[in-house]
Amino acid sequence: MSFRDFLHNLASLPKTFRDSFVRHGRPTTDRTRSQMVMSNVFLHIHSTRIHRYTLRKTFTFGLGIIAAASFFILLVTGVLLMIYYKPSVALAYDSIKDIQFIAPGGRLIRNIHRWATNVMIVSVLFHMARVFYTAAYKETRSFNWLIGIVLFVLTLGLSFTGYLLPWDQLAYWAITIGSNIAASPRELTDLLGITPYFDPGGLMKTLILGSEEIGQEALIRFFWLHCMVLPLALVLFLSAHFWRVRKDGGLSRPDNISPEELEGIEQDEDANSAFDKAPQKTYGLMCLVRGTSPAVGRGPQDTVPSWPTLFVAETALFMLTLAIVCILAYFFNAPLKEIANAAVPENPAKAPWYFLGLQELVSYSAFMGGVGIPSITLLGLALIPYLDREKQSLGHWFDNSQGRYVATASLVYATCVTVAMLVFTVKFGWLRNWFPHISQLVILLINPGTVLVALFAFWSLRYMIKFDSTRIAAIGLFTCFIVSFVILTYFATIHRGPNWGFYWMPSQWPVH
Amino acid sequence: MSSFQRGQCIQGKWESISRRDFFGVAAAWSAATSMGLALIGLVKFPIPALFPDIARLFKIGKPGDYPVGTEKIFEEKKVVVIRDQEGLYAISLTCTHLGCVVSRQANRFDCPCHGSKFDSIGRVLSGPAPKALPWLKVFQLPDGKLVVNAARSVPTGTKFVVT
Ligand code: HEM
Ligand code: FES
Repeated sequence: MSFRDFLHNLASLPKTFRDSFVRHGRPTTDRTRSQMVMSNVFLHIHSTRIHRYTLRKTFTFGLGIIAAASFFILLVTGVLLMIYYKPSVALAYDSIKDIQFIAPGGRLIRNIHRWATNVMIVSVLFHMARVFYTAAYKETRSFNWLIGIVLFVLTLGLSFTGYLLPWDQLAYWAITIGSNIAASPRELTDLLGITPYFDPGGLMKTLILGSEEIGQEALIRFFWLHCMVLPLALVLFLSAHFWRVRKDGGLSRPDNISPEELEGIEQDEDANSAFDKAPQKTYGLMCLVRGTSPAVGRGPQDTVPSWPTLFVAETALFMLTLAIVCILAYFFNAPLKEIANAAVPENPAKAPWYFLGLQELVSYSAFMGGVGIPSITLLGLALIPYLDREKQSLGHWFDNSQGRYVATASLVYATCVTVAMLVFTVKFGWLRNWFPHISQLVILLINPGTVLVALFAFWSLRYMIKFDSTRIAAIGLFTCFIVSFVILTYFATIHRGPNWGFYWMPSQWPVH
Repeated sequence: MSSFQRGQCIQGKWESISRRDFFGVAAAWSAATSMGLALIGLVKFPIPALFPDIARLFKIGKPGDYPVGTEKIFEEKKVVVIRDQEGLYAISLTCTHLGCVVSRQANRFDCPCHGSKFDSIGRVLSGPAPKALPWLKVFQLPDGKLVVNAARSVPTGTKFVVT
């Protein structure tokens, strides 16, 4: 008997295994489709049904998913790179060479890691801009915007710490500059004459480097941050970020959605007839408390099950990201210069491109460009949802024609002002060229960077008064900062050469 | 809302708080405070107690090695030692802007990173550097050898008089 059972069990093994894995059967009905999402620990970070507006390609452009996909690619390739990488001053450079030239597939893996970094930075920036311009940071979503800012800082931190690890000239001198930016509050404490007693800049630098110079201690600390602390923190905050998207009621969407906006998007006829009247929300005892939850009073009109539509979209975006990264990695190698040499600076010593806008500001004043303006910017970004609380319809790019007008006008204004400022500084220099003995305090307060910030603040304030709207002022300011950031980054990447001098093209750099 | 309510100030009068709630609140705050203090203690852990990388004090030879007019660059230490009529002095070659190594030009020091320029005794001529290249302490050991202390700066113009 039991032998027959055994044979029978053996024969039905595939089926019983599948049934044990997915207990509710194939996702062929709405019920099992929901269960597919609900009963899986990884999928249930999604809600079981999503609004059709969420699937509009031109609403999110899939940017958050692309950022997440590139982060996942970075995790996998990063873990692989760690097999060969050795975080030691004597061995690091050679181990990178081994990866690039000897390990099977090593070149591709290292290149993918480098390119996925770039894709992640770009998509995170664009994602932030899309959230801002669609007003998706408002009301229930303010806190998720804050989590987003933390993710943004962590992303930049990861790329900064990763930059040192190859231990080549590029790495060494970029991090020299970076770590001295951390020490630049000394510019201020020196002026006040209190550095010997109170030296936050010095403390920050020794914390980062574990020493006064970049050496073994610094390399280990960067390795520790890059491979342990920051990825872990990013995963934690990312989980919170996704969970909040769901708990804040799904993606933001307008109060009144016109049928044209939903044209061509999958729909579920049953959803519109399931509840004619607003249903009670009854999915769990823990919800039997007073207070509102975001979806109360709304039926499932215009929603579709997440399985499979959403997951197909997400998988497609992942494959797209992977394809882009692989193609770039196949054709363009990650840079690797000569081994780090503490006696001879790389000239010009440039940070990775996304920090070059800051490096341009740093070449006016170390403290203002490296600490002052970035802190003001981050603080400003973080406070947006708390300072702009105007009620409005969410989920439309630039809100309406007024928003579009202000964004365009600000784009033009910021372009003119930034280009004019760069042309002026390159042609005529700045205060120290005219008054060699001028106090550093004046330069610290009045330099091209701070002047730009002041001009933008003024512009935005004018809008606030003219249109009597904090949202309009926010659009003006955000646009100015983004445009200026892009122009400065472009300028420092292309037009700055040896001695940070101005050149029309890198091919004109003097050979040395 | 719940039995766990705190004392409240209502129209200038303090509502009393029950003993039980008081102990509850006190316990919660002590837990928070002790964790906070422990965290501050832990933050001290990564502050290095000593800097292992480079010797800040180094010998540069005897005065006889430096006839008037000599100029010697110690690449690894990023210091230039100069001897003139009045004495011997050492200038740091680390740019005061963001730490690149400046290079010796005819009568200047130029920084490659953001274009700061310093005159022949280290004062800022142009560029973003906030202050002059520091002069470093030079002294003589009993056996006659000269030593530069790169951790101690002296006012610009302080020369070691060779006897
Ligand atoms: C590691 C970086 C990040 C990843 C992987 C990420 C991922 C995502 C994803 C997948 C979504 C769903 C919607 C979409 O794709 O647009 C989302 C929504 C959101 N993100 Fe991010 N994000 C990141 C950084 C940020 C940043 C820098 C901000 C802003 C400061 C931000 C703020 C938000 C907000 C407010 C939402 C809700 C939008 C809505 O309801 O319409 N996120 N994020
Ligand atoms: S480090 Fe010398 S000018 Fe910036």
